[in-house]
Amino acid sequence: MAPALDPMIGRYLRLEIEGVPHRLYFEEAGPANGIPLVCLHTAGADNRQFRHLLADPEVTKRFRVLAFDMPWHGKSTPPDGWERTEYRLTTASYTAAIRAFCRAMELDRPVVMGCSIGGRIVLNLAIAHAAEFRALIALEAADFQQPWYDTAWLHRPDVHGGEVCAALISGLIAPQSPPVSRHETLWMYMQGGPGIFKGDLYFYRVDGDLREKVKAVDTKVCPLYLLTGEYDFSCTAEDTLRTASHIEGVEVQIMKELGHFPMSENPTKFREYILPVLDKIASQDRG
Amino acid sequence: MTPADRFARLPDLLSADGDLRRRGRWLTVECRIDIGSEPFHLALSDGALAALDRGPRLMRSTTFTVRGTDEAWQRHWETVPAPGWHDLFALTKRGVASFEGDLRPLLQNLQYFKDLLALPRRLPGAT
Repeated sequence: MAPALDPMIGRYLRLEIEGVPHRLYFEEAGPANGIPLVCLHTAGADNRQFRHLLADPEVTKRFRVLAFDMPWHGKSTPPDGWERTEYRLTTASYTAAIRAFCRAMELDRPVVMGCSIGGRIVLNLAIAHAAEFRALIALEAADFQQPWYDTAWLHRPDVHGGEVCAALISGLIAPQSPPVSRHETLWMYMQGGPGIFKGDLYFYRVDGDLREKVKAVDTKVCPLYLLTGEYDFSCTAEDTLRTASHIEGVEVQIMKELGHFPMSENPTKFREYILPVLDKIASQDRG
Repeated sequence: MTPADRFARLPDLLSADGDLRRRGRWLTVECRIDIGSEPFHLALSDGALAALDRGPRLMRSTTFTVRGTDEAWQRHWETVPAPGWHDLFALTKRGVASFEGDLRPLLQNLQYFKDLLALPRRLPGAT
């Protein structure tokens, strides 16, 4: 019997981000001449969150889907000297990483879709670099969200980092999501490096307040889509709708029976929402 | 059944969940859970409920307390809770529940406590 192989292929990319050499892991699927679609995972997680999208022929027949592990995440090698550094993601370093990946891969005006912190940085791409992208999709994103716990609990020797990260975010998954997908999503959270989720949230909580700035988004330069799950109480539907109200021409949708991790917590349900968006982007591209 | 009456069924609910007791096997702690105005004192031993005392107890010390309004617990225990009522932190974020005291054992065993405090959802009659 032939081996049952998933369609995506994983490789390591050598590149420099802000002058520092990195070795990033990424997976891709779809035709080399497809519309490039770069996927950004949530804080403290990795590209496995997009494995269903990477394996969806309805998507990969038109899109070249690429999902990379952010520096310090998943199978990406942390930069030399990491042991002497406290990891902290910033708007500048996150934006630089995404642009460096797209440049190094020679992607022509890719679509970027990010979730959670990935969604927030997509808003920054729309604000500052819209002309470089074909379309932008922000999942579970807003210009600002009210914090709901103290991130000091995420990295201390008397609390298991993986278990507490997973337990905290478990409530962001919709109760309707299939148990298998719920627990796969949690498993990824249990595997982050020490302090990495906390370092990602520095961007979310301290550095990435985009209120006021989102008013500068011009959707005529680059279309912007916002999609948020109704069970996400971190980035609430109200947060996303408020953000959308400041951006002319943005398309916004609240997704029923989904939470903060739509692509991994309930891939079948997410498909109902994301396929029409991708259709629209593909036809915009033809037109 | 009032929310406090439902919570009073915790010993049976936890006894019936061997997996939850297994996951809590490193945990021994005394804590307090307030269902509206009614306090419950829990003595947890190796993940099992050694004692559940309902009502005020003079000078009873406790490591930490989780408080929630009657409405918070009632909505939290619906079979499929509505958005914003489905998780302990959703409740604290909306201001209808709170954590007080030494939160270390709570955070060290967070999924256990989330699942423990959601057990009344399994009772017949949950809406």
